[in-house]
Amino acid sequence: MHDRDGNVRASYQGYARWQADTSAEIIQRKREEADLFFHRVGITFAVYGTEANTERLIPFDVIPRIIAAEEWARVEAGLRQRVTALNAFMHDIYHDQEILKAGKIPAEMIVGNPQFRQEMVGLDVPGNIYVHIAGIDLVRASFGGADDEYFVLEDNLRTPSGVSYMLENRRMMMRLFPDLFAQQKVAPVEHFADLLLENLRSLAPSGAGGEPNVVVLTPGQFNSAYFEHAYLAQQMGVELVEGSDLFVRDDTVYMRTTQGPQRVDVIYRRLDDDFLDPEVFRPDSTLGVPGLMRAYRVGNVMLANAVGTGIADDKAIYTHVPEMIRFYCGEEPILSNVPTWELGKPGDLKYVLEHLAELVVKEVHGSGGYGMLVGPAASKEELRVFREQIVAAPERYIAQPTLALSTCPTYVEQGIAPRHIDLRPYVLSGKQVTMVPGGLTRVALREGSLVVNSSQGGGTKDTWILEQ
Amino acid sequence: MLSSTADHLYWMARSMERAESTARMLDVTYRMGLLKSSEDESQQHWSAALSISGLHGSYGEANSELTADRVLRFMALDAGNPSSIYCCVQRARENARAVRGSISVEMWETINHTWLEMRDVSADQLHGDRVSSFFDWVKERSHLSRGVTSGTMLQDDGLRFIRVGTFLERGDNTARILDVKYHILLPSLSDVGGVADYYQWSALLRSVSSLSAYRKIYQDLITPTRVAELLILRRDMPRSLAACVHEVNQQIRELGSENSSELGRQCGRLDAELQYGRIDEILKLGVHQYLTGFLSRINDIGDQVNATYFWAMRQSA
Repeated sequence: MHDRDGNVRASYQGYARWQADTSAEIIQRKREEADLFFHRVGITFAVYGTEANTERLIPFDVIPRIIAAEEWARVEAGLRQRVTALNAFMHDIYHDQEILKAGKIPAEMIVGNPQFRQEMVGLDVPGNIYVHIAGIDLVRASFGGADDEYFVLEDNLRTPSGVSYMLENRRMMMRLFPDLFAQQKVAPVEHFADLLLENLRSLAPSGAGGEPNVVVLTPGQFNSAYFEHAYLAQQMGVELVEGSDLFVRDDTVYMRTTQGPQRVDVIYRRLDDDFLDPEVFRPDSTLGVPGLMRAYRVGNVMLANAVGTGIADDKAIYTHVPEMIRFYCGEEPILSNVPTWELGKPGDLKYVLEHLAELVVKEVHGSGGYGMLVGPAASKEELRVFREQIVAAPERYIAQPTLALSTCPTYVEQGIAPRHIDLRPYVLSGKQVTMVPGGLTRVALREGSLVVNSSQGGGTKDTWILEQ
Repeated sequence: MLSSTADHLYWMARSMERAESTARMLDVTYRMGLLKSSEDESQQHWSAALSISGLHGSYGEANSELTADRVLRFMALDAGNPSSIYCCVQRARENARAVRGSISVEMWETINHTWLEMRDVSADQLHGDRVSSFFDWVKERSHLSRGVTSGTMLQDDGLRFIRVGTFLERGDNTARILDVKYHILLPSLSDVGGVADYYQWSALLRSVSSLSAYRKIYQDLITPTRVAELLILRRDMPRSLAACVHEVNQQIRELGSENSSELGRQCGRLDAELQYGRIDEILKLGVHQYLTGFLSRINDIGDQVNATYFWAMRQSA
């Protein structure tokens, strides 16, 4: 909200004026209203490993995160460039592998990678699009020579979640503070589901005819993101299905309806590759649809995201995305990566072990903030244990500098205080790459914490792109 | 629509309706219990409340003696009794949650809110003057969810499955309440016109919201024959068997399906029998016998709905 000299940033000035004019009691009342409302609507997520009452609310903070339009324009261009390159990379890697032949990425990173799906080799997917929905995690930080810049922290290319919170947070803010929206021009995000549906339909298999049947496939109501699956199906006006609602006959996917079988053309699946089809992947999966991959391979059904996108979003491949952008787009990356050490490289490993207490270390295949070490916040004992884990299997880890992440004023128990935030925009790829302005801002509610994941006590905020 | 979605909608509606019916039944039992002085008669009423739902067995496992307090708690709040109001509301909410994409946002919020409030109801709310407020609350929430449903839901097959579930359950419950109460109240008929009897019969009518309708239609003393006629054969009474079966039949006809002919036949036949039936025939057969037969046919129709729309399809692959 403030620049380094303590002045209110231009983008926040309207909000700051409003806040100064509004009594603390009113804001407190609105916060309670928001809590009640989220409970009633049942916007909850499940936390793995907790018992009994597994439905919890993600804390919502009523102070918005505000970004100026010109700042966003640059981010948007960078995201478009990055996702275009990632799609091109996946097409290449499952076909001619030019980028490996050119020596830009070491071949052993691909070949030995469990995320590389043999089933996808040589398979053409509609529009050559693999990642229809990408969640790109950004942080704003000052680092190295760059002053206050957006860095890409992580690409989420499998089944990124959280978009329902982006939409519900906006709905909540408009409901609680209509006057704020009357005073300022906040770019809308409500059309996200329309964009998504349009994208999915535009890539339907040619056999689908004029009205392709789109469904959302969920692992079921005990999945942590079930609310979101149901929410997106409802917003798009399509069926929410579980694996048992679908079956494959003659390499065509059908859903079981009260009026008999009905053909399915496009599946927005929120189920990991491993569980999709017990005939091909994990044979013990009861969540998937036997025969789905047969239908997929002959082009009778479109899957979003495609199978095998995990090859492009592990944390080791991440370090090579700038190279992909240069290789496929012939451009310099607009958004920088956070500098990353790959612990599989002896030089990097040595440096990291020497500086462990200053760094953030993550598992290459981990997600959701599980299995990571934040050096400056870790105890001696935690550092010792983690060091042993790293030495045992260094190739499983990467390390990054601890960034001075930007903060945003946030309600905490003691009042309003700065807390670290990140930003996850959702990038849609169909016939073209589109996105709604902004994304989901996640906030680390514990003082000094850099971990924003909801499973680790993070909250969310509405994100405003202010139009001129 | 998806078979699994239809299945959830149907059970969501049935569970909410059952919560309401159970509240109604407990309410009338509670009121009747207040009128009777002797311990025996009170016990008889609470025992009947258990028989209505076929719960003598599971109640006996958890409770050594039969008291008003315990039966109330067992049937209203016991999380271990799948027929309790608590469990019905929970089931309604779980089914709604499974298909929240197929119901309106307002419907989901209403059912979810009901469940959140239900969780906070404690046993000391089932004492004294708070007992009736609790039953009123259950009825209100059920009315509300029906109102929200008809006011906000698209009039497609989903709504039809909700209505089939609602009316099958309601017909079933009216038949059960009538069966058990009729049985208990009948012996005292030799003493027609006694004050207690008047209150007993009027409490029964009130439990199915039919007392003022009775007065309007008959403008006379409450007699068992007329009560039976009203609750079995009058299609204009919203909770009568005739009204419930007629509604189910209508919805099934609109739903249609290539393999629904057996279901259509069963519903149509029962509907016609109720439409053209006469109360003296039913009395001749015996009300209890008649209602036993009715309950078994309602049960068959429920099975047939399952086979036609929910399970038959799932096995077709």
